[in-house]
Amino acid sequence: MIAKRLEGKRIVICAGSGGVGKTTTSAALAMGLAAEGRKVAVVTIDPAKRLADSLGLEDLGNEPRLVDANRFAGHGIEMKGELWAMMLDAKRTFDELIGRLAPDEKARDEVLANRIYQELSGAVAGSQEFTAIAKLYELDREGGFDVIVLDTPPSRNALDFLDAPDRLTGFFEGRALRVLLAPTGLAARVVGRGTGVVFGVLKRVTGVDLLQDLSVFFRSLGGLIEGFKERTKGVKALLADPATTFLVITSPEREPVEEAIFFRGKLRDAGMPFGGLIVNRVQPFGTEPADEAAIAETLGDAKLAAKVVQTWDETRVLAGRDQASIKRLKRETGDLEPVLVPLLEGDVHDVDGLVAVHAHLFA
Amino acid sequence: MAAAVGVVAARRGLRTIVAEVAARDDVTRVLDEARLPLAGRYAENELAPGLHHISIDPGDALEEYLRDQLPGPLADVLAQSRMFTVFAAATPGMRELVSVGKVWELTQNPRRTPGAEPYDLVILDAPATGHGLAILEAPRTFAETARVGTVARQGRTIHAMLADPARTGVIAVASPEEMPVNETLALCRALRERMGLEVARVVVNGVARSHFTAADAAALRRADSEPVRAARWSHARARAHRAQLVRLRRGLDGVPCSTLPQLHVAELDGAAIAGLADRLERSL
Repeated sequence: MIAKRLEGKRIVICAGSGGVGKTTTSAALAMGLAAEGRKVAVVTIDPAKRLADSLGLEDLGNEPRLVDANRFAGHGIEMKGELWAMMLDAKRTFDELIGRLAPDEKARDEVLANRIYQELSGAVAGSQEFTAIAKLYELDREGGFDVIVLDTPPSRNALDFLDAPDRLTGFFEGRALRVLLAPTGLAARVVGRGTGVVFGVLKRVTGVDLLQDLSVFFRSLGGLIEGFKERTKGVKALLADPATTFLVITSPEREPVEEAIFFRGKLRDAGMPFGGLIVNRVQPFGTEPADEAAIAETLGDAKLAAKVVQTWDETRVLAGRDQASIKRLKRETGDLEPVLVPLLEGDVHDVDGLVAVHAHLFA
Repeated sequence: MAAAVGVVAARRGLRTIVAEVAARDDVTRVLDEARLPLAGRYAENELAPGLHHISIDPGDALEEYLRDQLPGPLADVLAQSRMFTVFAAATPGMRELVSVGKVWELTQNPRRTPGAEPYDLVILDAPATGHGLAILEAPRTFAETARVGTVARQGRTIHAMLADPARTGVIAVASPEEMPVNETLALCRALRERMGLEVARVVVNGVARSHFTAADAAALRRADSEPVRAARWSHARARAHRAQLVRLRRGLDGVPCSTLPQLHVAELDGAAIAGLADRLERSL
């Protein structure tokens, strides 16, 4: 089912709200594509420890490592290709990127030592999104993989992910600040009172040290800006490439469903390729009423049969809710055949769990 | 969950507001069944007697902050300057800072917003662990980066409120599954180490309960119709949830922990939230 949609794709990006099984889905997808014979890398952001362990990701390397095919032997998965996996280290990816773009060691060290840079690269918000894309770009250019599967950060708003390259590059370029600081800049004309006033306002709002740090930051970053711009252009082209596809992952609950529909719309607006919906955690049972008498007969226990029916009626309500959600998702996203993965009775955080999810994805 | 806590507080006669950040508006969707025409997104709307709601948009919060800090014309110039807004939006942590700054403003008595009434309780519906922590840490981060000046002073004031257990309590909301349990334990650790703040209570939401005894479960293996399979499945799921709860409680090391059952409803509406609020009240 999913295999057909991923034909000819080189980059598969799994997007959606937190808590809908994105990481597991990404890993199961990558495993399935690798089993078919391709060389696949999966970039995960923050996998459950047990999943990380089951993929052999105990130590952070920030580079993909080959997952031992023997881990899947005995679970019914024959690995014809190669599965590589990595856990993203946002700070390290950022530092490495600075290293790549800096004209020399001195410039690199100056940026790495700057306090603004350290705050920025260590911040969760924004920097995970940005580095995930940076890593994707690097792996695509230099990794030699047939397919790269990216698990996106668990941000509350999936849009942060699409905006990340622009937002960060905008900040690095510091265009706004430099315009404000320039004596004949636009800001001076807008304010009509000269830069001194604007400078004073900024000082009043942000504090003087911040400004000084910022100017040092932008000065030391000077040599890197062209490289950043180049990258951003490349990344944007990569995201819109026909060989790239976005899979929107959701569960049937209301908030993730709304987020999925919203994100689908944003992809459409941004002209980015939508590969389809994966709905995880769907109630695996039907909505028909149960025949209590028949159950009592097969079980030979009327009291137990009543409890079975009580449980059935509870799951039936949720199954009905899920069906309604799926109908709405189909209508709103235009994907009329979303891949449905049932809610499993246990947690899905080991190789058996991956194999179970894989079976539904590649059915 | 924030909505349920809000309902509990309002029932106790507290003038309460639930604040959502990152321009989300999930609480209104659940609680505002009458679909009242809302006075704009960034407004304090009364959804039920004593229970208010605001969806904090970082852009609006920044503008309000500037108006509060600067003489009128200057604030206008800055707020309307595209360059300034781009700069503010791109400054790492700025969105978090102005959002939490607005939360602080809501707690003030008298309020800084002209004509606004004070609240007895402000409930922040924070984003998931990593981003949630980023919001709580933003004031101190800025205070440290700026060191002197208005932002530094205000950052320190806001941080002092957040880090004071007499004024701020953190409720960690979890679900009884592997990842959420890990995240909750990590959140408790991070709050302790980075903010010096103890989680006041953990609430585990959506706990599956089984109607079956061990003997029932054995008897259920004798048949295989779909409802019976569903019964076995539900029983196994409830057991998995129980195991996760045990793991969570062990890791929490004494932090109080309430559980709320999984609801079997098609829509999480006002009645469902009221039901959760009942159970939450009983568990306190």
